[in-house]
Amino acid sequence: MTPLINPVTLFFASIFTSNILLTNFLGMCSFISISKDWKSSFGLGMAVTVVMTITAAVSWLVLEYVIAPLGLEYLSFIVFIVVIAAVVQILEMVIDRASPALYMSLGIFLPLITVNCAILGAILFMQIRRYGFIQAVAFGAGSGLGWWLAILLLAAIRERTEKNPVPAGLKGPGITMITIGFMAMAFIGFSGMIAVQ
Amino acid sequence: MKPSKAVVILKDNLWSNNPIFIQILGICSTLAVTNNLSNTLVMTVGVALTTAFSSMTLSALKGLIPRKVRMIVQVVVISFYVILIDILLRAYLPEASRQLGPYVGLIITNCIIMGRAEAFAQANPPFLSFWDGLTSGLGYMAVLMAIAVVRELLGFGTLFGLRVMPAGFVPWTIMIMAPSAFFLVAMVMWWAKSMQAGRQAAGKEAKK
Repeated sequence: MTPLINPVTLFFASIFTSNILLTNFLGMCSFISISKDWKSSFGLGMAVTVVMTITAAVSWLVLEYVIAPLGLEYLSFIVFIVVIAAVVQILEMVIDRASPALYMSLGIFLPLITVNCAILGAILFMQIRRYGFIQAVAFGAGSGLGWWLAILLLAAIRERTEKNPVPAGLKGPGITMITIGFMAMAFIGFSGMIAVQ
Repeated sequence: MKPSKAVVILKDNLWSNNPIFIQILGICSTLAVTNNLSNTLVMTVGVALTTAFSSMTLSALKGLIPRKVRMIVQVVVISFYVILIDILLRAYLPEASRQLGPYVGLIITNCIIMGRAEAFAQANPPFLSFWDGLTSGLGYMAVLMAIAVVRELLGFGTLFGLRVMPAGFVPWTIMIMAPSAFFLVAMVMWWAKSMQAGRQAAGKEAKK
């Protein structure tokens, strides 16, 4: 059964109250390594948002019209990974043709995205929660934007804390984890504003 | 006596090159379940086994895979093992499988597995790769289990679901929620890095 959630609500909920990075810890690897630099963070965030929206839609269609009728649910992990890889590849080619300038800023991040847990995570959540098509797209777009927001915030904070005195053992990833912890606490403040699982 | 290669790998993966606090890899898929010890155990065992077997397979296949499609072949091999684990969990531990939900599938995108396949299995024989994958998984498991002990003990007052804390204990709600996991990982990093820095300094002193 498709849950009765207004897609608009779901969209905002996945940005703020159930931010895929800060509450589900997805996409941490590239998050920590890229967030050193504000500009790359912006590019990666944009790429994640685009890919997540498209893959959510495509994998919903594949799930509904290919996997479910054929009873191939046990293969769904492989199918989702292949969908993500294919979408990333096609997007790379399209952007390269359509806008070389955009390709320069976005293109280098696209291959990284295939193994970004947030994308697969969003698809798996979509499958388990049985979202309908519009809900799936709203959820994908919202999760992507939420990820973008989180990485931009962190990159901005890291630029400022770069030169601050930090205990030697905490330098680099350690203090970054603490910063993310505080951001997660701040985002908890949003919970209760929208009640959506 | 010079320690054998297997021992060096074990030491490296458990301590001096631990996947979590040195390489910072693969935190994503498992951190979310660390507020429950038994789920963490199931997840980390799954990650360790997947890393071990996929490293072994990829190392055995490395001569056959064309470079250009390497990534996708790796991902497919990894997904194959994850699907096996998912099916096993559903059959034998249905309760854990239901609670873990999407996180079992997310083992596929756990960066440790790809990382070990790229960094180690590409250049080493299958059995050594298996060992490397397994020990990486153990290093990962050690840290996450430690975090899970703290989170479950303080968040629910239980360990593996059994009540440990006295009846008057007030649970720390923050420990159940996401931020505490970030703080605890940071603490582990801090502790490990200071220990390692101290040891290096001691080593330098001794050389003088």
